[in-house]
Amino acid sequence: MRELVVISGKGGTGKTSLMAAFAHLAEAKVLCDLDVDAPDLHLIAEPAIQRRGPFLSGHVAEIDPAPCTGCGTCLEVCAYGAIQARGASFAVDRGRCEGCKVCVAFCPGQAIDFPERLCGTWYQSETRFGPMIHAQLDPGQENSGKLVALLKSQARKHADQLGLDLILSDGAPGVGCPVISSLSQASLALLVTEPTPSGLHDLERVSDLCRHFRIRSAAVINKADLSRPYQAAIHQLCLERSIPVVGHLPYDRVVTEAMVRGQAVTEGAATPFGAQVRQVWAELLPLLAVSSSSSTQENPS
Amino acid sequence: MTATPIRRLAITSEGTTLADLVDPRFGRAGGFLIVDLESMATEYVDNGSAQVRAQGAGIQAAENLVRAGAQALLTGQVGPKALSALLACHIRVVQGVENMTVGEAVAGFQAGRFAWSDGPGY
Amino acid sequence: MIVAIASGKGGTGKTTVAAALATVWSRPVLAVDMDVEAPNLHLFLKPETVAATRTCLEVPMLDVYLCQRCGACADLCQFKAISLMGSSLILFPDQCHGCGGCLRVCPEGALSKGERELGTVELGFTASGIPCLTGRLRIGEAMSPPLMTKVRHRMHAIADRGTLDIIIDAPPGVSCPAMTAVQDADVILLVTEPTPFGLHDFRLAWQAFTPLGKPMGVVINRSGLGDDGVQRFCREKGLPILAEIPFRRDIAEHYASGGILTDLDGAMAALFAALAPELERMAGQGGDASHA
Repeated sequence: MRELVVISGKGGTGKTSLMAAFAHLAEAKVLCDLDVDAPDLHLIAEPAIQRRGPFLSGHVAEIDPAPCTGCGTCLEVCAYGAIQARGASFAVDRGRCEGCKVCVAFCPGQAIDFPERLCGTWYQSETRFGPMIHAQLDPGQENSGKLVALLKSQARKHADQLGLDLILSDGAPGVGCPVISSLSQASLALLVTEPTPSGLHDLERVSDLCRHFRIRSAAVINKADLSRPYQAAIHQLCLERSIPVVGHLPYDRVVTEAMVRGQAVTEGAATPFGAQVRQVWAELLPLLAVSSSSSTQENPS
Repeated sequence: MTATPIRRLAITSEGTTLADLVDPRFGRAGGFLIVDLESMATEYVDNGSAQVRAQGAGIQAAENLVRAGAQALLTGQVGPKALSALLACHIRVVQGVENMTVGEAVAGFQAGRFAWSDGPGY
Repeated sequence: MIVAIASGKGGTGKTTVAAALATVWSRPVLAVDMDVEAPNLHLFLKPETVAATRTCLEVPMLDVYLCQRCGACADLCQFKAISLMGSSLILFPDQCHGCGGCLRVCPEGALSKGERELGTVELGFTASGIPCLTGRLRIGEAMSPPLMTKVRHRMHAIADRGTLDIIIDAPPGVSCPAMTAVQDADVILLVTEPTPFGLHDFRLAWQAFTPLGKPMGVVINRSGLGDDGVQRFCREKGLPILAEIPFRRDIAEHYASGGILTDLDGAMAALFAALAPELERMAGQGGDASHA
């Protein structure tokens, strides 16, 4: 099984737009949207949901006012400021509750319940690009990486069932838990960056992360013509770290125009930008060590 | 390989029989097959308690193995924390065991084809 | 007054707006970068660092001679930071969330306070004297909220509630880290872009932040780029659009060279200078604005 994970460190560099194009160009794969906090791939892929499931993670404390004696022990032991006075009793602020169980353990009246927390929903869907596994975390929920792990596991199972050997995963911004979880068992991480101070800074951090977890990486510079000095700086960084740069894509409105139409930038009429994205995909394939699919011809109309 | 004879061998497994494939993950594996290498009796240990964890799945899985009395583990990859837990409990570990059935993994182990793993797999 | 600048989608321009606003803010202000996973505000404000504090979380340490291996700590810990395996009690400090429960529950007093490094909190001053606080997560540290909470404590200590206003550059998204960043705000400024991805994630942000009951205003960045879905959504939900930054190549290039938007031209400076009194008015109003 081969898995390409597309990450960026910095948000807004064009991960999902590129992923949509790869989804269009690649054959015989399962798509996976691991940005469960703010997923966007479905806006292009237009999934038809086949299966869904609840995502339960951790617990949350709930104070039952009936047995509560108002002693305030819970307030005293809570390290997260999640307990507030309410009338003669106390109440838990679900948004701040860490699910540590300390108040539950120390309540002298056993007045605190500790149910599992419903954090979101995951989906297995069909799209015009093939099967897709995705999810939506409920707003404000913890993003521990467990849902990401669940989606990756579902994608692998589904790929095995269908006899497919490639998973394309759209990652999350940042370098925390969800990104770490996204990188697990990845064959290659594609780092999408932009030639700006933030782009360079975050590329370094996300590359550090890949090195820390020993994941091979490659880079693509999006909006490459915005700054020559920063483009050069990115090349220098990649050279120092032996990260192959698989392409430079110019700052081009066609990406947004395609997004507004609900299409990947390689769908519809041929454009120079689309041709360059195809070239990036062609450069990536040998790095992924997947057998090349039969060439997809650019639609001349 | 080792001087101490291993009798109870654990293998991360996608199913409950020797014909099932080795699960390459440890912490989030579905379960383990515990094989008594003398009698070749097998016992399946469900790893659901680890899978449901948001964090610490590998550590819970290690606890599950200790409770099941495993002396050694065959699997694909073990994360650094789970590995230190297993070694602290004197459970030897072989990593890189994947793309084969549990039965094939056991045979490979008995034939001395595997080496113990020292470092974390991620 | 505390302003938090947030968004659903990454890359919409939070840091761009935060830097510009801090530069033209008419009262003394503290700029805080709470995007601890990918802090970028300092790249534009360019503060000279005067202090970098290694910041840690309290995690348990075990005195093996006092430990009777009763397992009470392992039973309580929800995060597998302590595990009783066979006859060994093993600690995993990376898992610890710092709740202190194990320390409280141990009958032998065998656990004491150790530490795990979360990252650094840096204090610096820009050339014009604006204090800047930056949280930077250690690579390999998985959780942002504990470090963000340390930044918040430092922020409050410095600003002394009322002496300095605070402008917070929040992380993107709507999960735990974003919620942690905005919780002290008197007003939330949401930055979005008028594209389908922008609108989708903006809606998520609105859903996540509305229950907090804080007034919310909107800045639309790269206006003219996509379609008018975002504007329509704002009208529908009664969200005031406080500014629209046009989609212009020269703005993008200025940003790409590390420039602050208010330095570009008089129109940009005026746009941000006008934001401040609007935000102040909304903050003063309290929580009755923008409830759908």
